[in-house]
Amino acid sequence: MTATAGHRRIPDRLNSPLQRIAGRWETLLLGLALAIFVANSLVSPYFLDAWNLSDATFNFTEKAMIAFPMALLIVSGEIDLSVAAIIALASTAMGAAVQFGAGTTEIVLIGLVVGLLCGAFNGLLVTRLGLPSIVVTIGTLSLFRGIAYIVLGDKAYTGYPPAFAWFGQGYVWWVFSFELVLFALLALAYGVLLHGTNFGRAVYAIGNNPTAALFSGIRVARVKFILFLMTGLMSGVAAVCLTSRLGSTRPSIAVGWELEIVTMVVLGGVSILGGSGSIPGVVIAAFVMGLVTFGFGLLNVPGIVMSIFVGLMLIGVIALPRLWARLAARRRA
Amino acid sequence: MIRRFLRSREAILLGAIVLLILLISTRYEGFVAPSNLANVFNDTSPLIILALGQMVVILTRCIDLSVAANLALTGMVVAMLNTAAPGMPIPLIILLALALGAIMGAANGLLVWKLGIPPIVVTLGTLTIYRGIIFVISDGQWINAHEMSPAFKAFPRAVILGLPVLSWIAILVIAAFAVLISRTPLGRAFFAVGGNPHAAVYTGIDVGRTQFLAFVISGTLAGLTGYLWVARYAVAYVDIAGGFELDVIAACVIGGISIAGGAGSVGGAVLGALFLGVIKNALPVIDVSPFWQLAISGAAIIVAVAFNARSQRAKGRIILKRAEHAT
Repeated sequence: MTATAGHRRIPDRLNSPLQRIAGRWETLLLGLALAIFVANSLVSPYFLDAWNLSDATFNFTEKAMIAFPMALLIVSGEIDLSVAAIIALASTAMGAAVQFGAGTTEIVLIGLVVGLLCGAFNGLLVTRLGLPSIVVTIGTLSLFRGIAYIVLGDKAYTGYPPAFAWFGQGYVWWVFSFELVLFALLALAYGVLLHGTNFGRAVYAIGNNPTAALFSGIRVARVKFILFLMTGLMSGVAAVCLTSRLGSTRPSIAVGWELEIVTMVVLGGVSILGGSGSIPGVVIAAFVMGLVTFGFGLLNVPGIVMSIFVGLMLIGVIALPRLWARLAARRRA
Repeated sequence: MIRRFLRSREAILLGAIVLLILLISTRYEGFVAPSNLANVFNDTSPLIILALGQMVVILTRCIDLSVAANLALTGMVVAMLNTAAPGMPIPLIILLALALGAIMGAANGLLVWKLGIPPIVVTLGTLTIYRGIIFVISDGQWINAHEMSPAFKAFPRAVILGLPVLSWIAILVIAAFAVLISRTPLGRAFFAVGGNPHAAVYTGIDVGRTQFLAFVISGTLAGLTGYLWVARYAVAYVDIAGGFELDVIAACVIGGISIAGGAGSVGGAVLGALFLGVIKNALPVIDVSPFWQLAISGAAIIVAVAFNARSQRAKGRIILKRAEHAT
């Protein structure tokens, strides 16, 4: 770095489109996903089976639903660590509703509304009082899950109506589960929202420079509030799917998911410092994490050992390009 | 000077804790007995030690989410060593715990310093890695009380001058931090790096190295606490102190340590930890289900951070009234 600092290397032409695509984060990630896919199918004879693969998608669909709005939130320079706690609270509310004889429609509505309210609470604290979101959501993480513990203690809610099971266990067509279809639709919706609308542009602008965004007429507080609402709502959606899939509610439901979801987002190439990232990246990262979990599961590797791999992946994918750039700079010097 | 103390955040927090203790004593008189208060302090000692380590990390604009995993891994390693070699002297075990914790802290610090990876990403990653390693080395097994040597278990409980060793260690750490923060160049550097990194560079402070040292300090204390924790509760397994990192950060936030870096005090961190400790110990004696604890500490974090933000809001000149409102 020291030798090249004085005269920066100026390229005499732009990179070709192919080079640009090859150098993109999403391309690298897709390569990783394919490599894991091939490795899995070579190692385990059970991997390449439509129903097995369909089952594997349950490893990530619920988390990915939250990862989309979380990606927007992180691009805008905020974070929400309370998402898993919102799932717990929403699921508890749904379970309580069942005890009062609520039907499937009411249960789902209650789950979504609780998610929305939790998101609004986070959003108000961050945008109205101007508090740092990481601290606020660590606080609400304890608060929301704490309320679930107060209501449930060491008990569990069961007895969900049979029709409710469809959201987490039903299939729309052949091997395509409701969750997988919902995941695909949401990926599309959030992709369009972030990459194709004024709102998405505003999110990037806020993440890069909130002050400049404010002075260029973007209602920063409102955009951020909407992002927190979305994250809360999607946590409610995930709560419906997860509760329906498990058929029961415990206060410890989805514990630790916030870290996995943030990992998914960061792995997808979203900068934790805000300002950059893409939805396709997050989608591929979701598949990578799901495939790794599923592949190790087929090989009877315990879940916690997989977490070592996920942790290494999280640090590795960020560290390796930086190490690479450093080595390249040294060689040039 | 007294007036300045009374207006400080620490004084308000101290007042809140005293009020809390008095309130509890109206329900249960025994709570204010010195022996019980000493118990509460002893129970809170691990949190105090970790909160002080976390404080220096937060001061430098970083965050260490891996402290609880570091604690658990160190605890598991020393417990396994103890079962394999029961005769190993306790000072050696403590040294090993400190070294192991320091190494894990240094791993975090190096990734932040040399590769410039955001601390939250680094420690999120190492948190899962350290927990995973515990499972790999222990094969998911528990190490129970009867497998540990008596000397190993007795050390943190041994009573010296009326207080258990665990409490004395916490007091020593508090004293060491009071000196470190207010009387050493490194203590100054923590504030400088967090307050204004660019200015710190121009005054000759290596920002990355200072952050690295903060992580090493935090890791070392986590390692020490790992041994104390496992020895005190006489059990080691994968999930000990699960989620404790959030309690540690909560103690710092309640103690007025700014998550944006550069502001905080030793007294604040200690009082923040004690506040949580008093609540935790009070709930069972006043007949409130322990399930309330999580929600109460969550509410306390939110109130504390809102309160701190009010008191430290910058009083700049408002040029555009509407713009000020929009943020």
